[in-house]
Amino acid sequence: MAMSAVEIEKLIREAFPDADVKITDLAGDDNHFAAMVSSAAFKGKTRVQQHQMVYEALKGRMGGELHALSLQTTPKD
Amino acid sequence: MTAHDQIAKDVAENDVVLYMKGTPVFPQCGFSAAAVQILSNLGVKYKAVDVLQDPDVRQGIKEFSNWPTIPQLYVKGEFVGGCDILREMYESDELGPFLTGKGVALETA
Repeated sequence: MAMSAVEIEKLIREAFPDADVKITDLAGDDNHFAAMVSSAAFKGKTRVQQHQMVYEALKGRMGGELHALSLQTTPKD
Repeated sequence: MTAHDQIAKDVAENDVVLYMKGTPVFPQCGFSAAAVQILSNLGVKYKAVDVLQDPDVRQGIKEFSNWPTIPQLYVKGEFVGGCDILREMYESDELGPFLTGKGVALETA
């Protein structure tokens, strides 16, 4: 069970059309990624809320198909 | 008692609770180990719950906080974050003041 960086980026872009997205494959096993996401949608949201928004964009795959996604979110002006 | 009730009880009765894989002495996952390291660097007393011991708690905690991964930190009953957020707060020197602001004692070494 795994996901590719392309799939992750696609899902994130679908949920955050304005986003700057950078996905880094940490282990080359399609299971450990880091993602930096910056979007205006994060403005005024706590870190927890921002990360939850990204997890929702991944439609429940986080923690299951996708074992580890180190997230860094920043609001975009 | 359901897993949900047990979780609610633990986070209400303990100032700081870390849901993790393994124990602080033997963490079973890199992210859990990182969270343990951060809390020990700050000298925080906390209750650790090894979710590997109880599959209902392991699943229940994710529903309780609407957060899909472990570890999870709770301070005064409030979900603070997982490993990423803990590390981000720690590295930007926010975590210490956040904890003391909530009335949590930090044992400076």
